[in-house]
Amino acid sequence: MTTKDKTTFIQKLALATPEPIARKARGLSDRALAWLFISPTIILLLAINIFPLLWTIYLSFTNYHANRPNMHVRWIGLRNYERILGREDVWEFMQITAHFVFWTMLLQVLIGFTLALLINRNFKGASFWVTVILIPMMLSPAVVGTFWTYLYQPQTGIFSYIINAFHNFGPIDMIGSVKLAPWAIIIVDTWMWTPYIVLLTLAGLRSIPDYLYEAAEIDRANSWQKFWHITFPRVLPFLMLAVLFRGIENFKMFDMVAELTSGGPGSVTEVVSIALKRAAFESWKTGYASALAIILFVTVFALGNIYVKALNRVKQ
Amino acid sequence: MSKQSRKKGLRHFFQRGPWENAAVAGIICGVFMLMQPFSMLLYRYSFVVILFFTLGFVIVSHFPEGEDG
Repeated sequence: MTTKDKTTFIQKLALATPEPIARKARGLSDRALAWLFISPTIILLLAINIFPLLWTIYLSFTNYHANRPNMHVRWIGLRNYERILGREDVWEFMQITAHFVFWTMLLQVLIGFTLALLINRNFKGASFWVTVILIPMMLSPAVVGTFWTYLYQPQTGIFSYIINAFHNFGPIDMIGSVKLAPWAIIIVDTWMWTPYIVLLTLAGLRSIPDYLYEAAEIDRANSWQKFWHITFPRVLPFLMLAVLFRGIENFKMFDMVAELTSGGPGSVTEVVSIALKRAAFESWKTGYASALAIILFVTVFALGNIYVKALNRVKQ
Repeated sequence: MSKQSRKKGLRHFFQRGPWENAAVAGIICGVFMLMQPFSMLLYRYSFVVILFFTLGFVIVSHFPEGEDG
């Protein structure tokens, strides 16, 4: 049989094959195959992320209480949002969150930047110290919260012991005191997340080419001028990125605060996510808590957009 | 004004860069209003401001880039 005969035979066979069998033999198209492979992920994404989000948006417009499933759910429009944005206690929770975010960011940037500058000097054992500094960041916030409650114990904790070694204040109750509790969570967050700032700043410092410093030396620039005109502007985008990321994370901080103080004493450390949890699972005002969750979500989404924009700028 | 130059003018007006920067400024303003300790009135309207500028950001991020990139 010649090649031409073979081709004709195959064509005849193809035409003679019934359509259902032919379709099976042809198999799936590339497009159908691609959809088949990504469909489990899309279904999972819809079930776990998109549906709960849409459901929360719906609940935020109702008077739903999760502990009263038989209660008639009433559509109340924007009343939950009006209540949240008109209540002084929620405003106060926002201010507590702002206090926490502001001081953690300030301390972390100052300490992180200084440590990064020191480590960048490439002394003997620098890589060992980088590893040591990074350890807190690798721990779980729940674990950190638990062991810092032991460190903060006024009678037996090492924190009180160290402070009293410098000056005799007596037992220091960091978690139980109204004045000190906000600073207790700030100290723990700073201890845990300064390494993140160190890491990003170090990346920025190591990306500065040496010839810039060499040119500055030729121009007889002093150390301060080199820092202000070369180091700082080059590291600033990395620092801004780290601040934005940590700012967003701290805005929705829950686990560490819940473990350390649970919002107490009273409500002096009740950051907004703790207030949300209390509204949802202690007062069981699900509709109200959903509206608060949506306000937080929109704020974090907005800040996230700025973060992505900044990230793209740093990449360029 | 010809159709071509009007189209060019619109394209120049709807550049992504300045609009995106304005939206970012609005978001930052809204977040400040949400968390500031000075005025209850600012707090009350903070969410509207954040929502408006966030939606604005999403829309303007689809505008074309300017000629200078």
